[in-house]
Amino acid sequence: MSGLSDLYQEILLEHNSKPRNFRKVEDASSTAEGYNPLCGDQITLYLKVVGGVVEDVGFQGVGCAISRASASMMTQSIKGRSLDEAQTIFEAFHSMITHPGEEPDYDTLGDLETLAGINEYPTRIKCAILAWHTMRSALGGEGDMVTTE
Amino acid sequence: MPSGFDAERVRADFPVLQQVVNGKPLVYLDNGATSQKPQAVIDELVRYYTTENANVHRGVHTLSQNATEDYEGSRAKVKRLLNAADDHEIIYTRGTTDSINTVAQSFGKQRLGPGDEVIVSNMEHHSNIVPWQMLREEKGVVLRVVPIDESGELLMDEYEAMLSSRTKLVSITHVSNALGTIVPVEQIIAMAHAKGVPVMLDGAQAVPHMAVDVQELDCDFYVFSGHKIFGPTGIGVLYGKAEFLEAMPPVQGGGDMIKSVTFEKTIYNDLPYKFEAGTPNIAGAIGLGAAIDYVQSVGYDSFAAYEDELLDYGTRALESIGGLRIIGTSPHKAGILSFVIENIHPHDIGTILDAEGVAVRTGHHCAQPVMQRFQIPATARASLAMYNTKEDIDALVRAIDRVIEVFS
Repeated sequence: MSGLSDLYQEILLEHNSKPRNFRKVEDASSTAEGYNPLCGDQITLYLKVVGGVVEDVGFQGVGCAISRASASMMTQSIKGRSLDEAQTIFEAFHSMITHPGEEPDYDTLGDLETLAGINEYPTRIKCAILAWHTMRSALGGEGDMVTTE
Repeated sequence: MPSGFDAERVRADFPVLQQVVNGKPLVYLDNGATSQKPQAVIDELVRYYTTENANVHRGVHTLSQNATEDYEGSRAKVKRLLNAADDHEIIYTRGTTDSINTVAQSFGKQRLGPGDEVIVSNMEHHSNIVPWQMLREEKGVVLRVVPIDESGELLMDEYEAMLSSRTKLVSITHVSNALGTIVPVEQIIAMAHAKGVPVMLDGAQAVPHMAVDVQELDCDFYVFSGHKIFGPTGIGVLYGKAEFLEAMPPVQGGGDMIKSVTFEKTIYNDLPYKFEAGTPNIAGAIGLGAAIDYVQSVGYDSFAAYEDELLDYGTRALESIGGLRIIGTSPHKAGILSFVIENIHPHDIGTILDAEGVAVRTGHHCAQPVMQRFQIPATARASLAMYNTKEDIDALVRAIDRVIEVFS
């Protein structure tokens, strides 16, 4: 194991204590709920998509530092992006978290790359991925409930 | 420690504890989830599979006779552990969950109808909630819930007021797995019996810590799991008074639970076999017997007092940590230190503790209504066994200091 400092990096702790876009988007075009029954992480994600572009995004909920930071960083990375781009980022993130052996797509991931250390903690992968699955659900249909189980 | 109990000697009997995890000596504080196994239990499982493996109650050959003798011998050990009146009041199950479900599906289905009430508490494990909700779906049974106060104690006045002619069963935990509260079961039973209501106790978290006498308690059902009392997984116990068990229908049909079968009519077997359809967990039962021997050789009297001291020591140690709050502060507790730390999620606590070699449970402990009661998503839970030491608690405190440091 590569040690705690690879997991709880400063940027993760900073996003945990000051999450970005931690708010309801009043005029959201779609929302979705995500739930991780194992640890009780719960997230509501709000997306405002106009003309195929994520114009605004916000989230609320309770969760561990990893789920919260991952959600916060996700909102930063997809805001202002097209739906296709958001999908590409999702795939790059998913691959980084679930395929530790492979070289991450650094160009697409940007800051998200700092969450790579989570892939060495199998019990925490669900925490990191929750917001991302919730985003997919929000884009796939109104009001779907996602769980990590 | 003043009790004079030699925890180090007990500890030496548990091979799994003698290892290094993540570069640190293992500090195992997740006994509420499952306990470790002494060498005597491991050896007994190896002995059984090496020299004796055969099906029980079937063969006339030597191995089958020996296996049957040991399987039934373990039943007698369980009977003595609980001080049941008779061996046939001891039903082997897969565990506490299976035991409660058996009572729900047999006693519940037979005796409960629309509007009949089952009383549970706010601090039940999901295994003592969901089986009754299933019965609610099926039969229209009503589930009543005794509330708890801020310390995690039952509100006995509310309980007493809930008991009525509609109450058909009280099913309540003996020791709360999430809070550690020891429930005043003597009082619970006396009040229920005064209204003619039978009582089932969930003893999963009690039997590893305290001697239980079902006749003295006068409970009608008592259930527990082997793996929490240093035995194997997949074996548990349903104790029931014979008068109840005899009147109850079997839940599963198959081999061993019958006296005779024709296509026209089947005659069920006597207790306890009526409830033990199919080839049972023979090795598990024999291993449980070895675990009971082990616990009794150490002696409840000596380790229960020691564990109380350890719990006090741990409580004081955790209370001295700034920002930490213990959930479950009843003066009557056994083995459990559930806690939260301000602004740090229990899951993060658990991961960092693990990196320090300290194993605790984090989450809702299969008791989500307890979390809802305290308006928290989860807790971190250190749960003690007789092989834990003051040094384990000190290691826990050091690891918690590390958690706070990472998040500062």
